[in-house]
Amino acid sequence: MKKRILLICGCLLAASILPGCGGSSAGENGELNVYNWGEYIDEDVIGLFEEETGIKVNYKTYDTNEDMYPIIANGAADWDVVCPSEYMIQKMLDNNLLLELNYDNIPNIANIDPDYMETVKSFDPDAAHAVPYLWGTVGILYNETMVDEPITSWDCLWDEKYADNIVMMNNPRDVFAPALISCGYSLNSTDDAELQKAAALLTQQKPLVLKYTTDEVRDMMIGEKAAIGVIYSGEATICKDENENLQYVVPEEGSNVWLDCWVIPSTCKNKENAEKWIDFLCRPDIALKNFEYIYYSTPNKAMLDLIEDKEILNNEALFPGNEVLSRCETFHYLGEEAEEKYNDLWKQVLSE
Amino acid sequence: MYKKSLSYPYLLWAAAFIVIPLLFIVYYGLTDRTGSFTLANLAAIATAEHSKALFLSLGLSVLSTVICLLLAYPLALILSGSKIGKSGFIIFLFILPMWMNFLLRTLAWVVLLDTNGVLDSLFKLLGLPRFKIINTPAAIVFGMVYDFLPFMILPIYNVISRIDVNVINAARDLGANSFQTLYKVIFPLSLPGVISGITMVFVPSLTTFVISTLLGGGKILLIGNVIEQEFMKGTSWHVGSGLSLVLMLFIIGSMVLSSKYDNGEGNVL
Repeated sequence: MKKRILLICGCLLAASILPGCGGSSAGENGELNVYNWGEYIDEDVIGLFEEETGIKVNYKTYDTNEDMYPIIANGAADWDVVCPSEYMIQKMLDNNLLLELNYDNIPNIANIDPDYMETVKSFDPDAAHAVPYLWGTVGILYNETMVDEPITSWDCLWDEKYADNIVMMNNPRDVFAPALISCGYSLNSTDDAELQKAAALLTQQKPLVLKYTTDEVRDMMIGEKAAIGVIYSGEATICKDENENLQYVVPEEGSNVWLDCWVIPSTCKNKENAEKWIDFLCRPDIALKNFEYIYYSTPNKAMLDLIEDKEILNNEALFPGNEVLSRCETFHYLGEEAEEKYNDLWKQVLSE
Repeated sequence: MYKKSLSYPYLLWAAAFIVIPLLFIVYYGLTDRTGSFTLANLAAIATAEHSKALFLSLGLSVLSTVICLLLAYPLALILSGSKIGKSGFIIFLFILPMWMNFLLRTLAWVVLLDTNGVLDSLFKLLGLPRFKIINTPAAIVFGMVYDFLPFMILPIYNVISRIDVNVINAARDLGANSFQTLYKVIFPLSLPGVISGITMVFVPSLTTFVISTLLGGGKILLIGNVIEQEFMKGTSWHVGSGLSLVLMLFIIGSMVLSSKYDNGEGNVL
């Protein structure tokens, strides 16, 4: 009998030690669990933050907003600070998943261009939950040597001469956006007839598509595996650095412009540390370090003054002019019912 | 009593990592967003796109299981007939790739099969027709066969190599030719290995979503991909769990079938 009790105790002990491991390695000023997009920070910045604050950072990444949401919503892990896009922030707000920020702890927010704080109000009416981090557009990256004429329109995605040369993103809203825009509809459409028509276009396009992927577009375009890829603006800039034949264009019919912000989810256990993190990233020198590593457009106007190579400010992909932006639209959160509609239609397209 | 207490760690393991997660799936599968009981998640399999994905998965996994069996059985026969050292070496060669991560091996095939990839370039160089199977169901079957073939070879080889030589000698003494020996003696005796090989190839093939995403270019929707999408693209854990339960029926079915054969023919050994 004694042996049995001993064994059970042993098991319980082992079970209780295992989750404790994480806690024991915390820094002198506690820890911070950061959940961010993949390839969305200069990882040296994490080290700098740890050095300056004595806070241990546990860092992990996700590929899409949709991957991140269920983790937060179901409380699958205690993330302290995350970086979703505007429509996802709206969805998280709707579901009471965000905490209000204490701006006294984020003095560096003064560096953020007030225009962007206005944009924040479009999805967070009190502008009390989100601090803009990076923004950009969605457009077409094409290889000049593999296409016959300069690309200016989404129409090329349906052009049969580019069969097996087209790479599309692979989550429902990003895939539907070009189709909806080509039909002349809003990329926030929830109208059944409009969505059906867009789905029909996507079904028609499917045989021409080489691959549906969000995270491989970059490598495929650099490696010249495809002529045309739908891609985020920041990634496009990195691709152009690697392969000079590549050109990025925001199609004339319009496109998606997005703004990613840091927010603190309700699963947060270290709110002050999370605010310190957000404040740190708003510092011009840190923002510049990030910018030079990931090349997305920044809402940090104090940082723009620090840029030495002013030439880069003329880069249309990084800093699109007002003329381009006026054609673009942000995603809105459309509600669960509409989300399911997109998802079901996307499955139908894929199962054709 | 001593023996029994030794099993507690395993019971704890089974409870924590098998039973409890399964109960979660059952719970999610039988409830809707508000938490009330529903069968709608199970019925979701009947929608056109889900049943199409299920039948495609069944078709591809049956095909890859058959191909694995056709490749593995003769090999197992040859191996069991050769000397211990030599067969050990060949078995080792088949197990060796499994030391590498399965995801990496599948990614390697993406590079090999890709347009302008290694094989395609080689075909072009030799003036042969272009080698284009990437992003088609054929590439997925190829990936399944490659990844799961060792799981077919090993159980069959184990069973055949344990067949008593005297039984085979007796068959030959009694006038059976080598084909009759194979057909009437060796094959029936090796059935338990074949059945367990079939289960070990069929089940992972039916549920895979990684192979179809990587080698199918995200263009081919298997039931595994549907479930992955329900969970990962944030739409509905409930529908995802419901579909998982339906899929479990097929898996349990194939297991029941195999255990039936194991109990009968397995005792012969």
